[in-house]
Amino acid sequence: MKDFRYLEGVTTLELKEEKCVGCGVCETVCPHGVFRLENKKAVIADSDGCMECGSCALNCPASAIQVTPGVGCAAYIIQTWVKGKEAAACGGEGTGC
Amino acid sequence: MKENSCCEAETGTSPSGIQIQPALPQNTEDEVCCGPPAGPPSSPFERPGYQICGFVENFIESTSGRIPRIKSALSISDMAGTVMTRIGINRNNYRVAPGLYGIGNPDPDSPVLVTANYKLSFDKVRKELKYTDAWLLVLDTRGINVWCAAGKGTFGTEEVVRSVKAAGLDTVVSHRNLILPQLGATGVSARQVKKECGFQVVWGPILAADIGKFLDSGMKADQTMRRVTFTTMERLVLIPVEISIGLKPMLWIVLVVFILSGIGPDLFSLKAAWTRSLMAAAALAGGVFAGAVLTPAFLPKIPGRAFYIKGAITGFLTAAGILLWYRQDAGLLELSALLLFTMAVSSFMAMNFTGATPFTSPTGVEKEMRRAIPMQIAAVFLAVFAWIGAGF
Repeated sequence: MKDFRYLEGVTTLELKEEKCVGCGVCETVCPHGVFRLENKKAVIADSDGCMECGSCALNCPASAIQVTPGVGCAAYIIQTWVKGKEAAACGGEGTGC
Repeated sequence: MKENSCCEAETGTSPSGIQIQPALPQNTEDEVCCGPPAGPPSSPFERPGYQICGFVENFIESTSGRIPRIKSALSISDMAGTVMTRIGINRNNYRVAPGLYGIGNPDPDSPVLVTANYKLSFDKVRKELKYTDAWLLVLDTRGINVWCAAGKGTFGTEEVVRSVKAAGLDTVVSHRNLILPQLGATGVSARQVKKECGFQVVWGPILAADIGKFLDSGMKADQTMRRVTFTTMERLVLIPVEISIGLKPMLWIVLVVFILSGIGPDLFSLKAAWTRSLMAAAALAGGVFAGAVLTPAFLPKIPGRAFYIKGAITGFLTAAGILLWYRQDAGLLELSALLLFTMAVSSFMAMNFTGATPFTSPTGVEKEMRRAIPMQIAAVFLAVFAWIGAGF
């Protein structure tokens, strides 16, 4: 996705390298190549590529990754403002993503 | 269409599969091709109150009951269904029954692929399994695609575990591997699945189109299979739904615009309402076109990272055309109102397109919304004031 870059310096993604066990699952599940393994440790190679889907944090066996996951969808965010997080659905009337 | 031929059905390979599902258009095709003589008898698998799905070839008897064997080829009605969902019709109720299906001649060693019960996802996967013997475990994602369902948690750890157990998968296959689409990782913890049902999750490719290559290379995905794409074609297919989302609010806006356009020295003029609301409707349509068609189509070419900026730019260009068209019919005040209105609509529609892209982060979208929405509202207010003011 080098052709598509979104806003810089916004991601909530954090990696605690001292906790990393070097399994590489984050590198596997990330759809944007945010992580890279270097000397058997994960490093964040492209933090601005992160879309905060949360797949890395959910699958990290060492809880070394933290991110506030969510969907980058304006219609959904408007609903969370209006109706609150619980009632929000994707798009108007269940459409959208 | 060969697999739907009734003649084939008469020789014993009648399509079958038990499911509480919408009516099957194929049945009428059978009547047509067989003509007036009686058609084939009912399938022995049919049950009162259930309907047989067109994509089911026959049944595989297994220790955990009958498992429908599905066809890999898509029928005309499958394709028609795809087109309908792409234009936004029946899109929220396009699903198949969750559970275990077989494809080809699967045996206990065959791989198990996991997918969502959105029929578009289901069709994409089975189409790619033409020469493969495999099991397909369909999760109940409430008819939502893998990625969105993973984000919402319905394509999640619990649902994987529940489906594995409900299907009695441990008695159907001898291995303990599940191939999940990589984008499901947002909702599924592989460790937790292993812990709760003993099956090891193998992360498959992002696209169903790569499943064949993935299986052939011994369940290895190369980097291109692991990276999400957003090609021109992938963006263009989304446009009809973007427009259909905008249609209903558009009708309301047109009504409001009609009333605003009639306000003038005589309190309300029907003639003014008609001629002026036509101009405003053109601006509205232009804004939707700029935000929901031009912006997705030329996304990487349009300057700016934030979508509201991209939309404002395409909105400005579209508005320029509209202003040129109406330069004789409208005054400066009205033209500025049309410009602001087109840009605001386009900017908002473009911002909404973030939900359909695979690269915008929620923190980023929220950041741009906090900046953009006040500006969009201000632009609409200014436009309304200018529009009413020009009526006097």
